Amino acid sequence: MNPMPLVALVGNPNAGKSALFNALTGARQKVGNYPGVTVERHSGRMALNDGRPIELVDLPGTYSLEPSSPDEQVTRDVLIGTQEGERVPEAMVVVVDATNLDNHLRFVLQLKKLGRPMVLTLNMIDMAERDGLKIDLDVIARELGIPVVSTVAVRKRGIDALKDALAGILAGPRPAAPVSLDADITHFQREARRIAHLAIVEQPRARAFTRGIDRAALHPVAGPMILLTILFVMFQAVYAWSEAPMGWIEGFQGWLGDDAAANLPGGFFRSLLIEGIINGVGSVVVFLPQILILFFFILILEASGYMVRAAFLMDRMMAGVGLSGRAFIPLLSSFACAIPGIMATRSIDDPKERLTTILIAPLMTCSARLPVYAVIIGAFIPARDVGPGIGLQGLVLLGLYLFGIVSAVVAALVFRRTATQGAASGFLMELPRYQLPRLRDLALGLWHRAYVFLRRAGTIIMAVTITLWLLTSYPVAPGGVKQSEYSVAGRIASGLEVVLRPIGFNHEMSLAVIPAMAAREVAVSALQTVYAIDASDEDARAEALGSQLARRWSLPTALAFLMWFVFAPQCLSTIAVVRRETNGWRWPVFMLVYLFGLAYLAAGATFWLATALGL
Amino acid sequence: MSLCQLPLRTRARITSVDWDGLAQHEARRLRELGFDEGVSIELLHHGPMGRDPIACRVGRMTIALRRAQAAAISVEPDPQQ
Repeated sequence: MNPMPLVALVGNPNAGKSALFNALTGARQKVGNYPGVTVERHSGRMALNDGRPIELVDLPGTYSLEPSSPDEQVTRDVLIGTQEGERVPEAMVVVVDATNLDNHLRFVLQLKKLGRPMVLTLNMIDMAERDGLKIDLDVIARELGIPVVSTVAVRKRGIDALKDALAGILAGPRPAAPVSLDADITHFQREARRIAHLAIVEQPRARAFTRGIDRAALHPVAGPMILLTILFVMFQAVYAWSEAPMGWIEGFQGWLGDDAAANLPGGFFRSLLIEGIINGVGSVVVFLPQILILFFFILILEASGYMVRAAFLMDRMMAGVGLSGRAFIPLLSSFACAIPGIMATRSIDDPKERLTTILIAPLMTCSARLPVYAVIIGAFIPARDVGPGIGLQGLVLLGLYLFGIVSAVVAALVFRRTATQGAASGFLMELPRYQLPRLRDLALGLWHRAYVFLRRAGTIIMAVTITLWLLTSYPVAPGGVKQSEYSVAGRIASGLEVVLRPIGFNHEMSLAVIPAMAAREVAVSALQTVYAIDASDEDARAEALGSQLARRWSLPTALAFLMWFVFAPQCLSTIAVVRRETNGWRWPVFMLVYLFGLAYLAAGATFWLATALGL
Repeated sequence: MSLCQLPLRTRARITSVDWDGLAQHEARRLRELGFDEGVSIELLHHGPMGRDPIACRVGRMTIALRRAQAAAISVEPDPQQ
């Protein structure tokens, strides 16, 4: 028996529920999972003003108790007490957006019908005041018969009053009657409007700020241009801003390698450390700045409220391929990484549309492909301008991004007529007010991403790199035979090469593709390792990967390698997350087959075409 | 007239909604987002292609929806405005 009372935090999306959760629990939070569903359970400990501890669970935001997504299902099941693995909450803290009272009150009325003790908190009361909205809390409390407080969660205002009210209802009587679920939305809606009408003392002019921005951001001509400009600046910044920090990381890595070479005795460990770890892992870590810049933009677009506007602008185009504007948000996130992108598809109600979005998300050029693209483009595409301010290298990179997008469009069209056939889904979304993203949330988000990336580099990528280094180093080849062909890894690669030779792949590429199954960026460190091991002396070993590739590969081969990575689903984490999100192996296997098939065909076609053209 | 035909930035009132003509989940979502007979509404934006989707203010929320759903919503311009 757990002595700590469980209190549920409930509210509409965009009501500032998570901010309130953070304000109440501070750092004492736990993220888990509800059994059987892919919904995260956020809980935390808070103390009432007299010090009594409470467990607070932050339920997924919902507009009603009739679920239309797995998240909303959990909220309902916890509240009516049927959620597996969750205690029945003793009380509820219901959060509503003070600026949106009439609509959010409907949900409050529905929750009240459950018969559990509850406190209502009008959050973002400062926004309401700024808008010129005056609300009489006493009227709402009287009409609803429950305590009502106001808070500004992001500034921790009103938290003590909320805790007092919570202590009050926890001390009160428990309901004897079983909870009842009333689904008559219309009835609640009218009652909500009546109460809101009584409680709102002063009506504001509608949010002038958001309306003003939207007049430009959603303008039929200016809107798409603004969106394109933002996307253009975003992808430019990934390169322009990352140059200096990437230089620092490379410098540090070089210093580390030189230092190790100078101070360690030659032999197995020195080779392992320098070739396997410092250069192998380093060749991946160097892309951290680019990944963070990309996420920086995505996080700002999401937190500011612009992402939903982008969905609005893109909806009609997405409808053309059987999707909706909602799918645009996960797909844009997939440019940073398909994993958060695929998880973001949970907000798509239509199951067929969601599945289609999951299947095409890996075609969005994720940041893990950047290392591969950057190395190959750097080595084979001359750095010259084809127009004022337009570099050929950047143009090729843009081409690869566009090719991924076009392929995704075609794939979606085909799937919506075959594998994920179904009625056209609709588009119905709230456009929240614009908000200035908070620096702290942004920093936390970026820190989280950096941590995930570095952990990956330090675990999976390091392990794969070391294994590969060992497998390519042994057994030691006799004189005159290439180490990369004589070794264990070399022999495995020779087997794969039979399949990949027709599409222009050489032995080293076949070797690099295998460990890249764990994560695409490993292809770069793998090539680095292979060429370092084959190198005859220290000078050749120090030669940059780019110049080695330029010397050894033909242009058609390099282009085929680029095309391969546009499609190849080489990321274990993505496959795992698709399995989790689709509850089985059927769709991840489908995805592997179709993407590897396309990768093979596209790489082959590119190689043959380039060879025929005499490139 | 239907919500689709309402001129931009004109206050209006919802006179009726053809709930049965909408898919069940669409009807429920529309209700949840505040669409109902008698509610004041204002059309704010058209999408860039084919003027689809549309964005309108309902109560104090701004909602984006497609013309296909908006066609089920009948409105009349509010004479008080």
